[in-house]
Amino acid sequence: MSTQQQYQGQVPPQQPGRPSQPQQTGHAQQQAQPQQAQQVPQQQAQQHGWSGQGGGATYTSPIPPRRTHLGNAIVSEWTKIRSVRSTVWTIAIMFALVVGIGLLSALAMSGGQYTGNPLLSSGLFGLMLGQICVITLGVLVITSEYGTGMIRTTLTACPQRGRVLMAKSLVFFVLAFVTTTVACTITALINSALLSDQEIPSYVRNSSLADSVEGGRIVADSGEWLGATVGAGLYVALLGLLSLAVGALLRHSAGAITTMMGVVLLPLLLAMFMRAEALETVRDKLMEYSPLNGLGALFGTPMLPEDSASGWPLLGGLAGVTAVALVVACTLLNKRDV
Amino acid sequence: MIEAYGLTKRYGAKTAVYNLTFQVRPGAVTGFLGPNGSGKSTTMRMILGLDTPTSGQVTVGGHAFKGLPNAPRQVGALLDAKAVHGGRSARNHLLSLAQLSGIPTRRVDEVLGVVGLQEVGKKRSKGFSLGMGQRLGIAAALLGDPQVLLFDEPVNGLDPEGILWVRNLMKRLASEGRTVFVSSHLMSEMAQTADHLIVIGRGQLMADMSVNEFITRNSVGFARVRTPEGEPEQQEKLTAVLQEAGGQPQPEGDGALRVTGLPLPHISDLAHHAGVRLWELSPHQASLEEAYMRMTQGSVDYRSTVDERAGLQQQMPGGPLPGQQMPGGLPGTPMPGQHMPGAPVPGPPMPGGPVPGQQMPAQQGGWAPPPPPPQDAPNPYARAEGGDAR
Repeated sequence: MSTQQQYQGQVPPQQPGRPSQPQQTGHAQQQAQPQQAQQVPQQQAQQHGWSGQGGGATYTSPIPPRRTHLGNAIVSEWTKIRSVRSTVWTIAIMFALVVGIGLLSALAMSGGQYTGNPLLSSGLFGLMLGQICVITLGVLVITSEYGTGMIRTTLTACPQRGRVLMAKSLVFFVLAFVTTTVACTITALINSALLSDQEIPSYVRNSSLADSVEGGRIVADSGEWLGATVGAGLYVALLGLLSLAVGALLRHSAGAITTMMGVVLLPLLLAMFMRAEALETVRDKLMEYSPLNGLGALFGTPMLPEDSASGWPLLGGLAGVTAVALVVACTLLNKRDV
Repeated sequence: MIEAYGLTKRYGAKTAVYNLTFQVRPGAVTGFLGPNGSGKSTTMRMILGLDTPTSGQVTVGGHAFKGLPNAPRQVGALLDAKAVHGGRSARNHLLSLAQLSGIPTRRVDEVLGVVGLQEVGKKRSKGFSLGMGQRLGIAAALLGDPQVLLFDEPVNGLDPEGILWVRNLMKRLASEGRTVFVSSHLMSEMAQTADHLIVIGRGQLMADMSVNEFITRNSVGFARVRTPEGEPEQQEKLTAVLQEAGGQPQPEGDGALRVTGLPLPHISDLAHHAGVRLWELSPHQASLEEAYMRMTQGSVDYRSTVDERAGLQQQMPGGPLPGQQMPGGLPGTPMPGQHMPGAPVPGPPMPGGPVPGQQMPAQQGGWAPPPPPPQDAPNPYARAEGGDAR
């Protein structure tokens, strides 16, 4: 009987929700080989008169080891993410950009004439820049470990690699979501406070924009509020999570950040230069699926004027892409040498 | 207890570790010796599940490392001192590792004290010296009070006091019944620390025995014979007589002869019969360092050539300089500018072909190694290659 079988008999059953799939397939291939292979050292051990387990001379810690779980990894990753300066810097800059630019643009527009854009839409400007900070942080959460060699220490301390990636993803996602949503909410409150009493031109009353005027003040409905706060926070946090997955795939900070910049900016940039008639469909598709369009639509200002999408379907699409990228990253993390 | 069986690791065409089978027992410090690039770190990484072996397997306490339910409580490892995020404080680094395996926070301060870093625990590890980095790595290894400890070159960068501390720490850990596996490329260090030695060269096992056994097996005794100064004909006469009797006399730098292959009384008799007076006839034992160098000299990957400064004199672009080929260059991977596809791999002793003046240094040194293995010795990589024709 092989040691592996003995061992599996001793441990409690796998906890649900623990990513054990890749490991099991890894073992399945090796199983046949170790079965004969292990017999040899075992026999030698007996001949030499020492035994691996339970030998009298062998040291055993007075405190028996406990089986670890995802919760341990999450606490550990939280300590890691809060104890480096890059986290503090990226989030502080994101906050400054989103709230600062939101405040400045609201101040500039207040007292002027209502332009017809949704009340909260000027929050988009700051967040377009702020999302770069979140992307950077998402990449750094994983690539800084590769860059410094910390990943070897981490994976030695927790050989369940999928668990490490999952804990990192969860901790980062919650942090990015909360901070971005708070920043967007503050900006939305500023916008609503400073811009709702703008002068309303007479043509607005008869147009489709009449919905956003209530009792002589410009208002945003609950859908707009949700999109400009929670929706935007979710969108940017998902982009950050995608960056983390890309970072895990490329294992290189500069490479991963550049890739993500390309993913975010290139579709729109390319579309801008596709002026030919024949390319119109391609251009419109690039516009529609540009990550920036998704964000714009959540603020009620999609890139294509005739587009009435709310941004939530694109957010769902982004979630799907991110999930796939994470699964690929996890598979490769389990397979590759570090 | 660490058990490796048939452990092999290839990176493309390069075989880093080939068919290693060994055991590391509890209750002793086991030294893992080999020249730079011989596969020590690769083996350590395979033990820790960081690298997947191409074939073979390794277990710790009977389990594959990746199957351990709480690895840091069973195995502690110092891989390289700088495998740390420099922007994080030493204490937070250890805290994150402790939390990963459910170890209470107070244990972090405890190990910081054990390695003497309690004063700088709040400092970012970026500013640590190499020695402080080693101490931090050792603290991380000790965190889980593990049964098995692996240290990869732990004394690198430590001051004499630190070296002594590490040496005593490892001995103490082993005396508690733990398995202590320490890699080093310094034989002299291992001779003072280890009880057992595993020596590898070019990824292959060269010795697996106790330190005492290693010394008796590998160190060759010799006699130092000195004839009166200013009488060179005496020395010539003696040399001839000794050679006739089957000994190997070799001149040492200071006029003495180093004689191997003959017992001391026999040398004395021969000199007496030849009418040569002796000023010195003394027994000597080659040191462990010499034994180790003799064992691994065929498997040194990075060997320096004599600097002839030829590159400064002529300005001829292109064309490989002698000795610039990669010593491990394999037939399967001809590099551009390497004129040897299909040609035999350069034999171990003189990679890169003979360079004028390169054969001299061995003779000039304090001791002369026995002749290097013949050029047509079986190349260990030939087998490895054949087994995995891709």
